[in-house]
Amino acid sequence: MAEALAQGRPDAAAADRATPWVVIYLVTTGVVLLLMMLLGLLMRLVQSGWLALDHPALFYQIMTVHGTGMVGIAALGGVAVMWHFLASYVTLHRAALGINFVLFLIGVVAILWADFISGFGGAWTFLYPLPALSGGAWESGSAALHLWGLLAVGVGVLVICLEVGRAIIVGYGGLGRGLGWHVLFAGSTQNVPPPTVVASTMVVIVTTPALIAGAASLVMSPVNLYFPDVAINPLMIKNLIYFFGHTIINATIYMAVVVVYELLPRITGRPWKTTKVFLAAWTLSTTMVLVIYPHHLMMDFAMPTWALVIGQVFSYMNAFPVLVVTGLGALAILNRSGVRWDLLVTLLLISMFGWMAGVIPAVVDATIAVNSVMHNTMWVPGHFHFYLLLGLLPMIFAFMIYLARGEDVAPRGGDMAAVLYLIFGLTFTGMFLLGGWASVPRRWAVHLSEWMVYDRIATIAAAGVIVLTTIFIAMFLARIPRILRGA
Amino acid sequence: MTVQTQSLLFSFAAILVLAVVFLRVRLQRGDGEDYGPVQGRAYRIRAVFFWVLILVGLPISLWLLRAMPYASAAAGAQVVNATGAQWYWDLDREEVEAGKPVTFNVASTDVNHGFGVYDANGQLVAQVQAMPGYINRLTHTFDAPGTYRVLCPNIAGWRITT
Ligand code: HEM
Ligand SMILES: [Cu+2]
Repeated sequence: MAEALAQGRPDAAAADRATPWVVIYLVTTGVVLLLMMLLGLLMRLVQSGWLALDHPALFYQIMTVHGTGMVGIAALGGVAVMWHFLASYVTLHRAALGINFVLFLIGVVAILWADFISGFGGAWTFLYPLPALSGGAWESGSAALHLWGLLAVGVGVLVICLEVGRAIIVGYGGLGRGLGWHVLFAGSTQNVPPPTVVASTMVVIVTTPALIAGAASLVMSPVNLYFPDVAINPLMIKNLIYFFGHTIINATIYMAVVVVYELLPRITGRPWKTTKVFLAAWTLSTTMVLVIYPHHLMMDFAMPTWALVIGQVFSYMNAFPVLVVTGLGALAILNRSGVRWDLLVTLLLISMFGWMAGVIPAVVDATIAVNSVMHNTMWVPGHFHFYLLLGLLPMIFAFMIYLARGEDVAPRGGDMAAVLYLIFGLTFTGMFLLGGWASVPRRWAVHLSEWMVYDRIATIAAAGVIVLTTIFIAMFLARIPRILRGA
Repeated sequence: MTVQTQSLLFSFAAILVLAVVFLRVRLQRGDGEDYGPVQGRAYRIRAVFFWVLILVGLPISLWLLRAMPYASAAAGAQVVNATGAQWYWDLDREEVEAGKPVTFNVASTDVNHGFGVYDANGQLVAQVQAMPGYINRLTHTFDAPGTYRVLCPNIAGWRITT
């Protein structure tokens, strides 16, 4: 069987040095992440009845910044991971990192201004026609500023995708070959793409159309703001927005999971091979991720029923190729490997658990019969915080700790912090899920007193999550001079 | 058992099983065993897992499709016209008979709203999205008489109806 090992250049493990850009990306990710978590805590405090806001509109401004900011740093951190490892297989131009970063900063400033200073609170999904019709909560100018800011961030990520796509096409002879189709369908054993290249190719293929759809809706919405007579079909733009939103947030995990493919082999000395099963799984996921977004529109009865049936059945099917292959693959590599369970390895293990486990409530909610009573309840933030907080973030933390050589420095029992993070994270997301079970609606600033028990436990758990996140990020920040020196 | 409770129990049970598998790997005392046999075993487990997901899970997913809320209005249904606006729901009829299907014609005058029907215990029993320019029909049969509330499970206020 054709094999390519996820080990990069033979000497790469010895001196894997991050470029300044990757470090800048990670620093930004870490700092913004902490700030956004504090905003999340603030929302939970408000819902708990422990903190009163002068004006409920402020809750929605905070929620909009939190949602948008988190998706933004998920993409930024994911890009940092993917870029760092992919760069040892193909030639990437760093200018793309610079362009994306500048656009990101412009977007952040615009969005913060629009949301906190001029009051936009239409959620990160900016669902038409809410930006234009706020019921007096904000001016259309602030909505436009927010949307242009989001567009800047999106265009930045698009630049990265195009550069990564270009590099893979040059290095491997096409995106099909990046997915290993010549191996999968023609049985070739030449130029087999390693797992990192396969994942990156998938990211390029799904993210590019998603960003284009997002950009289209981001341009259409402000046009409607300036010229209200230009009507937009609300169902069509809802499709575009959720195609964009669903795909982009999933893609961030596919970017970050590269850290698992790369580090587990280096740590255990057991290779991660590109098998045909691996390739088939990624190809299937590539196509399915693109067609399952209608699971966000199951309560829009005007949607064609067949699209919603696809949304249900393919959401289920999509959950397992990559998960079964990646999740079980990681478990196999770690099983009886004699690995030392330090902070780095435990974070990688948690990330696999968080991703696989978080998919379960997601698939449950993507079932029409369940969605009828779970849609827009706390179940929804429950499932996505599960795989973002316990899947995506541990991948990014692991990457930070790896660059900081934390595995050498962490004393015995050094993975205690990761275990605590898991416990607090599970409690926090569990309370969202229980809220969904109790029919607590999502996106409500003021909660009924019978819901507050979940909110309060979640608030305390969130504080724990934030303390541990601070520790991980501080470990990374403290070692930046060494990381840059490549010591 | 309500759909909510079934979903919760199923999800928590599945997550628990997964957690046990992960814990086993975490607590396994490592002797740096040769990877060959470990990998062979893993491939076999993976194959079994895969076929279970296909042969058991897929039919279940298809079977669950039988309960779709999109069926067109039942004959003789009681009709309630509901119009959503920021920030309230307006219903043209506040009382319906239990045990007979009710069709809600749900519309919106401005933005997208959620139309959620809650029973007296605060449990969501049915919902649909309201979208400007569309009338979405939700048919539901209230088995038990009582006070139900219509809430927007997504940014909006609330209102009590019977
Ligand atoms: C300590 C950590 C966190 C806390 C306390 C927190 C808290 C919250 C709260 C209270 C909400 C609103 C729930 C509602 O609908 O009522 C929310 C929404 C959201 N969160 Fe978090 N969160 C945290 C971490 C994250 C992370 C790590 C991500 C992504 C990487 C994330 C992404 C989102 C998104 C996308 C929304 C949806 C906003 C919307 O409904 O428009 N959060 N979060
Ligand atoms: Cu989705």
